[in-house]
Amino acid sequence: MPKQQANWSPYDNNGGSCVAVAGADYCVIAADTRMSTGYNILTRDYSKICKLADKCVMASSGFQADVKALQKHLAARHLIYQHQHNKQMSCPAMAQLLSNTLYYKRFFPYYSFNVLGGLDNEGKGCVFTYDAVGSYEKVGYSSQGSGSTLIMPFLDNQLKSPSPLLLPVQDAVTPLAEAEAVDLVKTVFASASERDIYTGDKLEIVVINADGIGREYMDLRKD
Amino acid sequence: MNFMASKQPENSLLGPEADSQRTLYPNVTGTSVVALKYKDGILMAADMGGSYGSTLRYKNVERMKAIGKHSLLGASGEISDFQEILRYLDDLILYDNMWDDGNSLGPKEVHNYLTRLMYNRRNKFNPLWNSLVLGGIKNGEKYLGTVSMIGVNFEDDHVATGFGNHLARPILRQEWHENLSFEDGVRLLEKCMRVLLYRDRSAINKLQIAKITEEGMTISQPYSLKTYWEFSAFENPTQGAVGSW
Repeated sequence: MPKQQANWSPYDNNGGSCVAVAGADYCVIAADTRMSTGYNILTRDYSKICKLADKCVMASSGFQADVKALQKHLAARHLIYQHQHNKQMSCPAMAQLLSNTLYYKRFFPYYSFNVLGGLDNEGKGCVFTYDAVGSYEKVGYSSQGSGSTLIMPFLDNQLKSPSPLLLPVQDAVTPLAEAEAVDLVKTVFASASERDIYTGDKLEIVVINADGIGREYMDLRKD
Repeated sequence: MNFMASKQPENSLLGPEADSQRTLYPNVTGTSVVALKYKDGILMAADMGGSYGSTLRYKNVERMKAIGKHSLLGASGEISDFQEILRYLDDLILYDNMWDDGNSLGPKEVHNYLTRLMYNRRNKFNPLWNSLVLGGIKNGEKYLGTVSMIGVNFEDDHVATGFGNHLARPILRQEWHENLSFEDGVRLLEKCMRVLLYRDRSAINKLQIAKITEEGMTISQPYSLKTYWEFSAFENPTQGAVGSW
């Protein structure tokens, strides 16, 4: 009997968009709360954001089961780190760990598109953006997920990231105030919800600054 | 020359012989499960059919079972995989009881266990071909969640599997509200099940409704829904259609 092909896929795309923006002393991480499959909505109230460490938050979209497994894995590794080093992992350290974890499954990837946001050891905002197999880069802002093609050009326009080729090396962190950055993120998701069918329902915004972690919500279109 | 040819253990899923052991397609299947949260706990409905492809082979399949003291599991998809899941859960509950520490696994914990179970089987390319609904109540906290065969899981105020997602969820989104009474909850579930009966070809008119509250789980005797087939639009449907008979 010739080898039969599987008639099921181990992957699914549960949709959604994620954004992160880094500021001088804050970081904004946001994601919608819609979970879909095909043309159906499974639930309107599912958080894609996960707090990995005190000053480090990850937003992931893609295949929800892989995202969940990845979040659990990183949370477990962070716990071990805390036991061994008696301190929280810094955001750049978690960024490297996430990259390594993703590449470990290079030949059966986590179908998870991530943005990592937080404060570095000096309290400055940092954002790291990833592909599904762990290729990553420190940037001033980023978006991933189904709406990223709509969101990213708009962020490029509004946040005017300097070219990474310029010397001396310029910081991509935005000079905007925290409230302005949050407002920009709200605008960006409202726009993405208009045209991306997988983005909508509700927006969850997490802000990390010197005072800690704050969370707010905004309604988006439900259609 | 092969001194120490590495041999696969007999139950390995690697190598060409193992392909015959991986699940490729389901054989005996159950159709939708629909569930919602109501005032006192969770209500869940499923029909009693077990289809063998397009044949209705089994008409007395109980697709909802109590798990421990606080949870209720409903399954659609391959019936034999559901039975295997029940065996796994038997072990889980047994070990929980053996601690004899006054604590017992709640619906959240059972749902988490099931999610990990389904995801791990998916990782091995040998899925349990089910969509599961796990509902329960512990210490006043109601919980209702679902897991698919590839490990996608979430919790919500109302969930459904298979065709229920297409036909029942929209009704529930419109008519569900907090603190439904038992009668209203049953009425809402029956409305969903009736639509599924009309429109899902694998549905049969023999269903059970299960309820789980702090007091425990009860499951109704099998019964059937009243249906109406005398809509005038269905009489002589081809009248006036040129070329039809």
